[in-house]
Amino acid sequence: MSANVQPVSRQFPLPVEPLRDRDVKRGPVSVSDLDSERPRGVPKVGLSDICLSYRTQSEERLLALDHINLEVRAGEFLCIVGPSGCGKSTLLHLIAGLQSQTSGQILVDGKPVQGPGTDRIMIFQDHALFPWLTVGENVEFGMKMKGVPKLGRREKVEYYLSLVHLAKFEKSYIHQLSGGMRQRVAIARALATEPDVLLMDEPFAALDAQTRDLLHDELERIWSETGRTIIFVTHNVREAVRLGDRVVLLTFRPGRVKNEFHVDLPRPRSLEDPEVALAARAVLDELREETNRSLEAEYRNGIKPRIPPGASE
Amino acid sequence: MKRTLRYIIFYSALFGVWTLLAKMKVWPPYLFPTPWGVAESLYAGFQDHTYWIAIRVSMQRVLIGYGISVVLGMILGLGVASNKFLEETMGGLLVSLQSLPSICWWPLALLWFGLNQNAILFVVIMGSLLSVTLAMEDGRKQMPKIFGQAGRNLGAKGFKLFWYVLLPASLPFIVSGLKQGWAFAWRSLITAEMLYLSLGLGQVLMMGRDLNDMSAVIAVMLLIIAIGYIVDGVVFKGMERHLQNKWGLTPA
Repeated sequence: MSANVQPVSRQFPLPVEPLRDRDVKRGPVSVSDLDSERPRGVPKVGLSDICLSYRTQSEERLLALDHINLEVRAGEFLCIVGPSGCGKSTLLHLIAGLQSQTSGQILVDGKPVQGPGTDRIMIFQDHALFPWLTVGENVEFGMKMKGVPKLGRREKVEYYLSLVHLAKFEKSYIHQLSGGMRQRVAIARALATEPDVLLMDEPFAALDAQTRDLLHDELERIWSETGRTIIFVTHNVREAVRLGDRVVLLTFRPGRVKNEFHVDLPRPRSLEDPEVALAARAVLDELREETNRSLEAEYRNGIKPRIPPGASE
Repeated sequence: MKRTLRYIIFYSALFGVWTLLAKMKVWPPYLFPTPWGVAESLYAGFQDHTYWIAIRVSMQRVLIGYGISVVLGMILGLGVASNKFLEETMGGLLVSLQSLPSICWWPLALLWFGLNQNAILFVVIMGSLLSVTLAMEDGRKQMPKIFGQAGRNLGAKGFKLFWYVLLPASLPFIVSGLKQGWAFAWRSLITAEMLYLSLGLGQVLMMGRDLNDMSAVIAVMLLIIAIGYIVDGVVFKGMERHLQNKWGLTPA
């Protein structure tokens, strides 16, 4: 039933095809040959010429993001990978409207992003659940802010908590849960506001490998059940290939789109699938150059200037 | 068990020395009363309702004054913490003002409000406002930024963001400041009451002095200590424990 029991003998043509031609890669056209049950063609999120520069403490101007162009289809699972410091998290903050770009435009359903909105919900690496609320109250929070009546909220809380298999923990406090459970609550909290787009910022980076595997399976299941658009940021290429329909590779400082890869592998996938490993290799080879540049910068400057969260001009 | 034993030993020693000194008549009895003299004064004071009335009046004042301080202090603290200009200008002023004993506001209060309850309230507010403000400012800064981001992300803004996210998120960081503010409010109140005939505990204390009744003075002092201790031990300890349970912080 699951992909990890499939025989290794399956023949693989290179499952990942890097799209070298920049013109082809921008348009949504090039993906039309992918599995086509989901509605295609309408860009859910569109980024055009996004630039972000900010001033460091030493009054230097640093370009963090350089003319990022990206289109995300409705229902697509897009992964963004890049070396640390490439601005991939910052990009999510921009889409979430928690921070604003220096120039360029972000469109969601054709409308420019102006500040945060519950159609785009972020899931943070350290879960950012509210420790003063119970699990249930955390999941309820977004609906409460929206003004959803209490009765409807209760139902949704139950539904989304059972979706992540945590219905029994509704009355628990966050500190009583394990890391993996916390991240599942964060997913339930995000889904409960019924966003069109989930923005996931290295959500599983702090978890142990086994828990991460389980959460990959769960996320894939939830994604296929709910049909949400997911933009998933990670530095882990294997994870990106295991989860994404498409993987976008960013360069190290300034962050540019270096390449895009379509991951045309059957689902459900598993991290151990040889196809996944092979696909990851193609991405890794290109990522390595960027990682080296990132490391070089680190050696040269001692400490590389971090992009502070929320930084802008 | 061991702890209770230590308490018993310590307090019986204290009372023993006290009784011994009183018995030896080193000082005349009206200057140095015995423990049971104080106990009699306490009993008499409660019997004729003087202490009940004094406690009620004082508590009412301190609650109003402290309440105003908390609300004002939170607004001020939040303003200072979120505005760079205010932080640089007013931040320093607030810290320097804290070295001023609150009773120094008494002459001004008298001129502005006249010799009445409002003057006392003003001193109480000035006594505790700064601690609350500084605590709130500090709490707002110490609070992990991610809570604010998550809150805005989930659709909270303006007052809702403050009430449902920023305030509860900073509570563990401001509770010690709130406690300190309470202690200052209580002290300021008693000081102000001692300067003005006003029914409160401070006045009952001064009355004991005027009547040369040292056992009454000590009885009221004990009352003031007891109330301060109970509020600290019940209200603030309870709040701290509640927060620790929710947040999963280990008690310090």
